[in-house]
Amino acid sequence: MATWIEACGADDVDAEDVIPFEHDGHPYAIYRSPADDYHATDGWCTHEQTLLKDGLVMGHIIECPKHNGRFDYRTGEGKGAPICVNLRTYPVKLEGGTLYIDVD
Amino acid sequence: MASVTEDIVIVGAGECGARAAMALREQGARGTITLVGDESLEPYERPPLSKAALTDDREPSPVTVCDRARFAHLDIAFERGVAATMLDRTAHDLVLADGRRLHYDKALIATGARARVLPVAGGHSILTLRTFTESVALRSRMTPGARVGVIGAGFIGLELAASAVTRGCQVTVVEIAASVMARVVPAEIAAIVEARHRDAGVDLRLGTGVEHVEHVDRPRPAQRLVLDDGTTVDCDVIVAGVGAVADSAVAAASGLTIDNGVRVDRYLRTDDPDIHAAGDCCSFPHPLYDDRRIRLEAWRNALDQAAVVARNLLGADEAFAAVPWFWTDQYELGLHIAGLPDAAVTNVVRVRADGATLLFGLGADGRLVAASGVAQGTAIAKDIRIAEMLIAQRTLPDPSALTNPAVTLKSLLV
Ligand SMILES: Cc1cc2nc3c(=O)[nH]c(=O)nc-3n(C[C@H](O)[C@H](O)[C@H](O)COP(=O)(O)OP(=O)(O)OC[C@H]3O[C@@H](n4cnc5c(N)ncnc54)[C@H](O)[C@@H]3O)c2cc1C
Ligand code: FES
Repeated sequence: MATWIEACGADDVDAEDVIPFEHDGHPYAIYRSPADDYHATDGWCTHEQTLLKDGLVMGHIIECPKHNGRFDYRTGEGKGAPICVNLRTYPVKLEGGTLYIDVD
Repeated sequence: MASVTEDIVIVGAGECGARAAMALREQGARGTITLVGDESLEPYERPPLSKAALTDDREPSPVTVCDRARFAHLDIAFERGVAATMLDRTAHDLVLADGRRLHYDKALIATGARARVLPVAGGHSILTLRTFTESVALRSRMTPGARVGVIGAGFIGLELAASAVTRGCQVTVVEIAASVMARVVPAEIAAIVEARHRDAGVDLRLGTGVEHVEHVDRPRPAQRLVLDDGTTVDCDVIVAGVGAVADSAVAAASGLTIDNGVRVDRYLRTDDPDIHAAGDCCSFPHPLYDDRRIRLEAWRNALDQAAVVARNLLGADEAFAAVPWFWTDQYELGLHIAGLPDAAVTNVVRVRADGATLLFGLGADGRLVAASGVAQGTAIAKDIRIAEMLIAQRTLPDPSALTNPAVTLKSLLV
């Protein structure tokens, strides 16, 4: 069962950037790619306790602000040291200028 | 000619040695890989030792870089708790302190650095911090109300001070220079950090050194720091953060050139083509800074050099050119530095809408050579990361664009 939660407006996040979103005490990160598609992942890096919201988005990569661990935010795949664990991703949908994420 | 089937030994199982061992397998190495380390633990991260390991409520455990299961999976032999003595370059053997000899085709020296010991009378009771064991020992002394004396206001000294304050200690920092972090951080940034420490109640004694240390019984039993300016500080525990020295003992015993650590070329090779060195222990010429020879004591440098040296050990010719990058956490503040601030002839400042301060260092030719900044948590990280790319691209940015917070740094990338 999908649990769609309203996360933000489509324009709240710039192209090639990330913003934080919290639901039920759980942090998420919401991305808008250079081609304007949207993605969502867990808010915490998988390396240490750092939120990805201050990280740099380049293309389809989010780079953790702490030790520059990298992930493909579309798939959550870790891209080398120091990351050993992939990032969990969540489905998103855009409806009438509002972005929803399936937190299930 | 190097090949992927050669046998490789790595001396030093710290951040760099362990990462290099893993990277070698990921790069397709098919010979034996043996990692030799004189510590008894599996390779672990040092940055938490002065931060979370001291401040966390729960008893600290080492944050491992690579554990036994991963070593087994990657078929890496890990000889722990044994020191290497020298590389017998004629026989191509690594000689261990227990007398064993390990044959190698290629060797990597990643022996890191050791905490400098302060040469003052009575200084035998002064603690230092480089290893997990030392961190645990220090933690047990940092009890609420304890009088902690920190010698040195560099990164480690200041992180220790912040951690001790967090644990409820009464903290005095003694520093011979006139400002904190004087060697590596621009004055504007250092001033922000200094103010934060004073705010936290740290007694900062700048511009004075330690004359000697004595034990006193009155008014309370203490280790007394007697300072050059004649004042004294009574402490329950004294810890020094007065820098580190490259550990080049194995390299020196092997007859390799030492020049502020193990001397390597831009490919991280020593003067013996079969021996490379990387991480805190080596000095190397940096192509972004006119091949100036530098030695870095920085976590990311250990990682970046591990990746490059692994490829070169397998026969690549990749020059190491990563932009130096360093971070430190003190209280809620995160300070990030990219490049070499001392290569700058002028600095320009950007104050962001959120109040965070960034400083850009420009070289004589107008090239961006350094950037540093301090803000809450990781709030400055993204800008410093972009600045790092601008430095790597050898950009000549318009100083007015750098100072104007309305101009995004990303827009300056080529
Ligand atoms: C307390 C502390 C906090 C830090 N915080 C930060 C930070 O916030 N940011 C940052 O960028 N950097 C930080 N650093 C620096 C970072 O940890 C180092 O740059 C990094 O550990 C270097 O890795 P290395 O492998 O070159 O050396 P090391 O990690 O020192 O590893 C070298 C290893 O080789 C072993 N060895 C030496 N000689 C021999 C021998 N003859 N035989 C066998 N083994 C040997 C040593 O015992 C050690 O285990 C910190 C360091 C410390 C100590
Ligand atoms: S916390 Fe994200 S890379 Fe270390």
